[in-house]
Amino acid sequence: MSAEVDMIAASAASAYGTWELVVGLEVHTELATATKLFSASPNRFGDEPNTNIDPVTLGLPGALPVLNRHAVELAMRIGLALNCRIQACSFHRKNYFYPDMPKAYQISQYDVPLNIDGWLDLPDGTRLGIERAHLEEDTGKSTHVGGVGGRIHGSGGSLIDFNRAGVPLVEIVGRPDIRTSEQARQYVNELRAILVAVGASDAKMEEGSMRVDANVSVHRPGEPFGTRCEIKNLNSVRSLGRAIDFEARRQIDLIEAGERVRQETRHWDEGDGTTHTLRSKEDADDYRYFLEPDLVPLVPDEAWIESVRAALPMLPAARRTRLAQATGAAADGEAIAVVVERGQDDYVLAVAAAGGDPARALVHVKEAYAEQGSLPAVPAADLAALTTMETGGQLTATQAKQVLADLVADGGGDPVAIAGAKGFEAMDAATLETLVDDAVAANAGAWAKFQGGEDKAIGALVGAVMKASRGQADGGAVTALLRARRG
Amino acid sequence: MTSEVADTASAIAADVRTGKRTAAAVLDAHLAAIDAREGEIHAFNLVMSDDARAAAGAVDAAVAGGRDPGPLAGVPVALKDNMCTRGVPTTCSSRILDGWRPPYDATVVERLRAAGAVFVGKTNLDEFAMGSSTENSAFGPTRNPHDTSRVPGGSSGGSAAAVAAGFASVALGSDTGGSIRQPAALCGVVGVKPTYGVVSRYGLVAFASSLDQIGPFATTVADAALVVEVIGGHDPADSTSIPRPAPAITATLRDGVEGLRVGRITDLPEGADPDVLARIDAAFDALCDAGAKVVDVECPAFTYGLTAYYLIAPAEASSNLARYDGVRYGLRVPAADTNAMYMATRESGFGDEVKRRIMLGTYALSAGYYDAYYGKALKVRRLIADDFARAYQHADVLLTPASPTVAFPIGEKTDNPLAMYLCDTYTIPANLSGDPGMTVPFGTGADGLPVGVQVLAPTLGEPTMFRVAQALEDAMQGGRG
Repeated sequence: MSAEVDMIAASAASAYGTWELVVGLEVHTELATATKLFSASPNRFGDEPNTNIDPVTLGLPGALPVLNRHAVELAMRIGLALNCRIQACSFHRKNYFYPDMPKAYQISQYDVPLNIDGWLDLPDGTRLGIERAHLEEDTGKSTHVGGVGGRIHGSGGSLIDFNRAGVPLVEIVGRPDIRTSEQARQYVNELRAILVAVGASDAKMEEGSMRVDANVSVHRPGEPFGTRCEIKNLNSVRSLGRAIDFEARRQIDLIEAGERVRQETRHWDEGDGTTHTLRSKEDADDYRYFLEPDLVPLVPDEAWIESVRAALPMLPAARRTRLAQATGAAADGEAIAVVVERGQDDYVLAVAAAGGDPARALVHVKEAYAEQGSLPAVPAADLAALTTMETGGQLTATQAKQVLADLVADGGGDPVAIAGAKGFEAMDAATLETLVDDAVAANAGAWAKFQGGEDKAIGALVGAVMKASRGQADGGAVTALLRARRG
Repeated sequence: MTSEVADTASAIAADVRTGKRTAAAVLDAHLAAIDAREGEIHAFNLVMSDDARAAAGAVDAAVAGGRDPGPLAGVPVALKDNMCTRGVPTTCSSRILDGWRPPYDATVVERLRAAGAVFVGKTNLDEFAMGSSTENSAFGPTRNPHDTSRVPGGSSGGSAAAVAAGFASVALGSDTGGSIRQPAALCGVVGVKPTYGVVSRYGLVAFASSLDQIGPFATTVADAALVVEVIGGHDPADSTSIPRPAPAITATLRDGVEGLRVGRITDLPEGADPDVLARIDAAFDALCDAGAKVVDVECPAFTYGLTAYYLIAPAEASSNLARYDGVRYGLRVPAADTNAMYMATRESGFGDEVKRRIMLGTYALSAGYYDAYYGKALKVRRLIADDFARAYQHADVLLTPASPTVAFPIGEKTDNPLAMYLCDTYTIPANLSGDPGMTVPFGTGADGLPVGVQVLAPTLGEPTMFRVAQALEDAMQGGRG
């Protein structure tokens, strides 16, 4: 977490004043299956419109759904990664008319979902409840042409692409445990990391493969929760934070002005940074849920659940802890977060296993491996050799950086040879002593101030040594020598 | 009356397979029967003469080439027009599917074709299978071949009439509340609703998904058994299909009924005409003569079935029929915006009975009414299944009328939906429980019109049910009815 984000969070928290914010997030994520939830058409983003379709996808008369086993498995992975209980469950029909909804009902899960009662821990240890994570099918995609703001109302016509219709989704319903917009952002980031880690989804908010709706309310601590509004059209983690803060302020202002918050669905407008009424509770559809008679109950047996559990990879939180323990860095610090998110933690551990210094390896990977992905080209042994040279005082930090840049650019190499080619030679103690002697003699004024207790005067002395050594002296060693000499 | 072409599917297939007759000749005889009487009966929405000739030619070519076309080689089959046929209009007798040609075949169509069947046409029905007389068709009513002033029953009236008139050797219908068994009774043919899940529903245009089941019409019990064996068995495309092979029925068809317990329901709701009840009594007697025992059983399912059905079936229908919105296929009535287009299309595309059931079902599922209507109906459905389970502890099969009356005059009940709904009192409970049931013609009642006996059996009890039906058929043919 950067300092900037910290400040935003702090200012938002104080902006709530005596009010407490309550947020629950509903996250829809598209599953990374080869085919759709109930048919054999490909589940693929970006294809020519209406090419990944079939009688089931189009809801043609007589077509029937058949549940995709792999989708169930991915949904179970999500449930297990979120510490949910997996249960025997069923599918319902959610009935409403919309042109991109081919059957005029969505097959979803209603009172008995696949995954219930789990939780997600934020990197700082805050535990946020998960109510449920259920399977459902996506709708098609409408493009309204000739209207205002891409809405159906007032548009001249609509184009419908059914490629997305029937794509498997898992809706993850969080409990209203979030208290700041920063927590909401962290929740989504952590959830996304988990979804990617378990291979359930690519979870890209910008492509719509992960969609977040926020239920926001405010109340005074100790009093019942306030009336909530659901905010839609949140296309990035940044929008999510902005929208929550705006909505909290809007509701607080309403209440403080003696008005009431109306329960409604609101649309986030990225352009003007505000939320607008989409529809009020009174306009809500009656979905007439009933058990989907074309499907049978889904009853995952223990053996199946356990095989899915056994195949789960290590989750981001555990990987952060593991890397923190190996490197001595803070588990909720930036370096650990960045390296684990890039999937480079195994690499750092491999550097350590090859005899390298884990702490230095972590910093190098974080700083220099942004473009390297989870399988960096530089052999772990090469980076290990570099950190060993640093530890042994054979390279200064500045020199190490230059050698590292070459390693990354060339996809590996022998750091000793690279350092040699660059003329980076280890400076023995006697040479360093001589350089320090010269620097003290040549900068008598600075030396006097330093001796007199003016610590910052050491800068000029170190600088002189570095200059004389053409940057090859180890700044730390020079500082240590000067301090020792002062006594 | 029935045409002289009415030879059995078994006989046709045997002749065609051995080269004694050609499929083309068999087809010509049936097309001639259609030419002669279809004008007055209107069994078909579409007669597929050209496709049928091509299919018959292919069957004959297979035989000539030494290949076996299958157990239904050259058998002319009529399909209720709510089963999808690739490239051939499938209308459900509704204007809302105007112009729609399915891009795929129903599983039953694939299986029949693979068995050598020749499709002669798509038959008329009550719109979306909602009705008991085939009068609720957007294309006009079908008439009963036994008396063209009367209805053939419904909703599969076209299929029942086609078999009764000799237009097809066998036909497929769908049965949601009696839509095969009741028209079979009124037209004097055999009609079977198999156990729910025995026959795939893939490609059957849904009315009420948890109740719909496809089954055959035939002139003999043996032919009906043959068709169930061809179309039955697990289909991975239908999740509610039972994961077992088709039931083996033919092998034990003539094993007799010696020692079987035939249940007489003591609390059967009144309302059946005396001429019908007299034939049911005769059926019990015939089975006794054949060695069966008659036992009295209670089964309140028949008293409560109708009301539960008229909540559950419309509820599912309201959802199943929501897709006919003018967006993707079929009728579209242009209007100012999308909602107006939906309303104009559905207003113009659906008939009165379909609208009535959509409204009933929508209401039954609505927030605030769900528990009182749909929810309660589901509980009654559960109890009905329990009723049958108890009854089948004492009886191997149950015998009831298939219809309270013989065929009634066209127009008699069209202004009285409730009177029409009562036609299905005896057939509906087996749809709610999912158990099999079939109608066997058993003589005539008032005005010399056919009466059908309904034989009911527990889940997957088809072999026993068919043995009883065969015994009744044998009794009639032996003059012992």
